[in-house]
Amino acid sequence: MEFGLSEEQVMLQQSVGRFLEDAGGLAQTRALAASGARRTPDLVTGLSELGVMGLITPESQGGTGLSLLEAALVAEQLGAHVSPTPFIGTAILAPLALQLAGSPGQQGLWLPRLAAGQVTAGLALSEQAGGREDAGLEGRNGILNGRALFVIDYEADLYVVADTAGRLYLVPATAPGLVRTDLTTIDVSRPTGELRFTGVVAEPLAGAGPDLVQRLLDVARLLFAADTLGAAQAMLDQAVAYASSREQFGRPIGSFQAVKHMCAEMAAALEPCRAMVWYGAHALDHLPSEAHVTACHTKAHVSEVGTFVARTATEVHGGMGFTDLVGLHYWFKRIGLNRQMLGGPQALRDEAARATGLVS
Amino acid sequence: MDLSYSPEHEAFRGEVRSFLETHGTQAPRGGGPEALAWQTLLIAHGYAARTIPKAYGGFGAEPDILKSRIISEEFSRAQVSTGLGGQGISMLVPTLLEMGTEAQKRDFIGPTLRGEMVWCQGYSEPNAGSDLANLATRGTLDGDDWVINGQKIWTSTAHLADWIFCLVRTEPDAPKHQGISFLLFSMKTPGIEIRPLVDMTGAANFNEVFFTDVRVPKEQIVGRRGEGWKVANTILGHERGSLADPNQMQTRLNALIDLMRTETVGGVRAIDNPVFRDRLMAIQGRVLALRCNDLRLLSAAVNHQGAGLAGLVVKLQGTELRHELEALAIDVMGEMGTLYGDTPGLRDQGSWQRNYMYFLGLIIGGGTSQIQKNIISERGLGMPREPKLAQA
Ligand SMILES: Cc1cc2nc3c(=O)[nH]c(=O)nc-3n(C[C@H](O)[C@H](O)[C@H](O)COP(=O)(O)OP(=O)(O)OC[C@H]3O[C@@H](n4cnc5c(N)ncnc54)[C@H](O)[C@@H]3O)c2cc1C
Repeated sequence: MEFGLSEEQVMLQQSVGRFLEDAGGLAQTRALAASGARRTPDLVTGLSELGVMGLITPESQGGTGLSLLEAALVAEQLGAHVSPTPFIGTAILAPLALQLAGSPGQQGLWLPRLAAGQVTAGLALSEQAGGREDAGLEGRNGILNGRALFVIDYEADLYVVADTAGRLYLVPATAPGLVRTDLTTIDVSRPTGELRFTGVVAEPLAGAGPDLVQRLLDVARLLFAADTLGAAQAMLDQAVAYASSREQFGRPIGSFQAVKHMCAEMAAALEPCRAMVWYGAHALDHLPSEAHVTACHTKAHVSEVGTFVARTATEVHGGMGFTDLVGLHYWFKRIGLNRQMLGGPQALRDEAARATGLVS
Repeated sequence: MDLSYSPEHEAFRGEVRSFLETHGTQAPRGGGPEALAWQTLLIAHGYAARTIPKAYGGFGAEPDILKSRIISEEFSRAQVSTGLGGQGISMLVPTLLEMGTEAQKRDFIGPTLRGEMVWCQGYSEPNAGSDLANLATRGTLDGDDWVINGQKIWTSTAHLADWIFCLVRTEPDAPKHQGISFLLFSMKTPGIEIRPLVDMTGAANFNEVFFTDVRVPKEQIVGRRGEGWKVANTILGHERGSLADPNQMQTRLNALIDLMRTETVGGVRAIDNPVFRDRLMAIQGRVLALRCNDLRLLSAAVNHQGAGLAGLVVKLQGTELRHELEALAIDVMGEMGTLYGDTPGLRDQGSWQRNYMYFLGLIIGGGTSQIQKNIISERGLGMPREPKLAQA
């Protein structure tokens, strides 16, 4: 019985954190936003050297062969640094789909290149969790028609897309009949967009079905929760540091109880989220009967806490919190996007209720 | 990360289960002589007082946190009483084990464990609540006795207790935290008057306790003179954690789900009302988060590591959540949820209203939520302390 991180896991988390810090942290996200560019290839290269892009890919395919717990630890770091890099789609979901449903040929072609950071992959899954604007993909005899919104890791070379029947396909970004429309969200750190398919010839992942789609959703949800955990922790840390140095009425504002208690409430709500994310990731790896419900609960709960921390940490900073100068809003917005992706708290709680037989 | 138990621990789980199969039906529902007999049986098998030395009336096993956890998991699964509780067993015994003299351990631990000696905790006073170190009950040495004068308040079970462990100011000239001693004395000692206080649940479980020239033999002190604050604090953290057990919360959550499956409004089951269901699921998510946090604490304890923030947040989060859980049940029942006491229509013996109020008591008792936030921010986050007021 051991519920905690191993030394290797802590080291992985630290080295990813250090790399993102050295890469510029928030400054890099700001620079990206200012330049109007939507891609940061240098991060992917560096992360692949750390083994992150092939994190769950077997070593025989050029990966690191680790588990989803490590994936969650990396996601937490990306959230903490509001990092503008593809990860959930490219490093985790696409390799997972290929491993579980791809042919040996598809695996051999894509897994090593994804792990090496030579190729990025986006995931079109949002419609599986709740379609908006009647979006959705019809797949017939390998031909795709329809729309997919809010693609994860949208700035990609390759897409893994799901149709309404729960089948999965590989579609290159250059496929004839595929039109991309950028969508601008609050969060500049993770560009997204819409894919429109008109008679696109797609390559099926033969082993895929609704169960795999469900698994991809659960994994993605857990990773969004981990990202929020990291982002919220970063906001709390900044609030505590600010409150300890900023003075009003001749004393640090952090010595006023109203401020102190805001910080205590954030910490009290957030700290159990860490164990919850670990447990949720462990469940995805090892406890199949709990994995789905735990993923729903984890994303719902961590999103609620994240939203609370995002506003409260901003408030602790006073007017400064509201400005672009401190840049807290980058984390605020990252948490805001994570919250809605693949189901907001209400939708996920409803899903958990259905999965546990509470809905007749 | 490995949530499995070793073969030794799994075998132990098997033993606990077979004990529960054989003896579980004998387990008492309430107090009285049956409860004492049950306690004796539990100690004999090592399911109560497990790690307390045999010489002091315990079972004498090596400490093994996982085995203790297995016992509490299996007893709770079987819904069987884990034996006697109370402040004597949960607070005084660990204090004596750490700070008591050999004679005190021999005299007090055994009878306390067997339920022959019931204790109350005399800490709070009218002017010493959150600011406990402000306590003013005086103890003056006169010959071989401490002579005690003053008043305690909120003393739970004082009316049932045989003995009291009590914080008393014995060094009036020392700084506030260094002038307190930790004394033990019989509640039958002349000069003690107990006045019950009725609480909001309607029970009178706590009391005012008045001391007038109460004489206590000088050796009935734990630790040295003036060390009482330190003695009391050795186990205060332990009490806080135990007020908010997330596994108990899970049991209560299951009861809430049962209630929502049966309770109807206009013929519609509460569980089928999406608003109620969403509130239920939100609470379920929060209970899950605290159970995961609890696993982290368990693992840290097994590895002799400090728990840091993860431990400091438990009392605040746990008691507040439990209060909300009980509140949801009341909302689900609507007007029926206001029924209380001996009345037709009552659900679950009125336990939802009673617990809703009782847990507000626990939010206040054992260090209020505001005090918990002070502790979390100052000790957990290292935030600046409040400037001290100039001493008058
Ligand atoms: C059910 C129950 C059982 C109890 N059992 C026992 C027992 O067996 N033995 C015993 O000794 N005591 C017992 N107590 C007493 C309990 O420990 C005290 O009630 C508690 O510590 C609060 O003290 P107080 O009631 O004097 O409130 P106060 O300290 O007067 O607090 C009143 C309010 O002021 C706030 N406040 C006070 N100081 C601060 C501060 N520094 N910062 C921010 N806010 C502050 C509090 O949070 C609270 O909201 C029990 C209490 C309850 C409710």
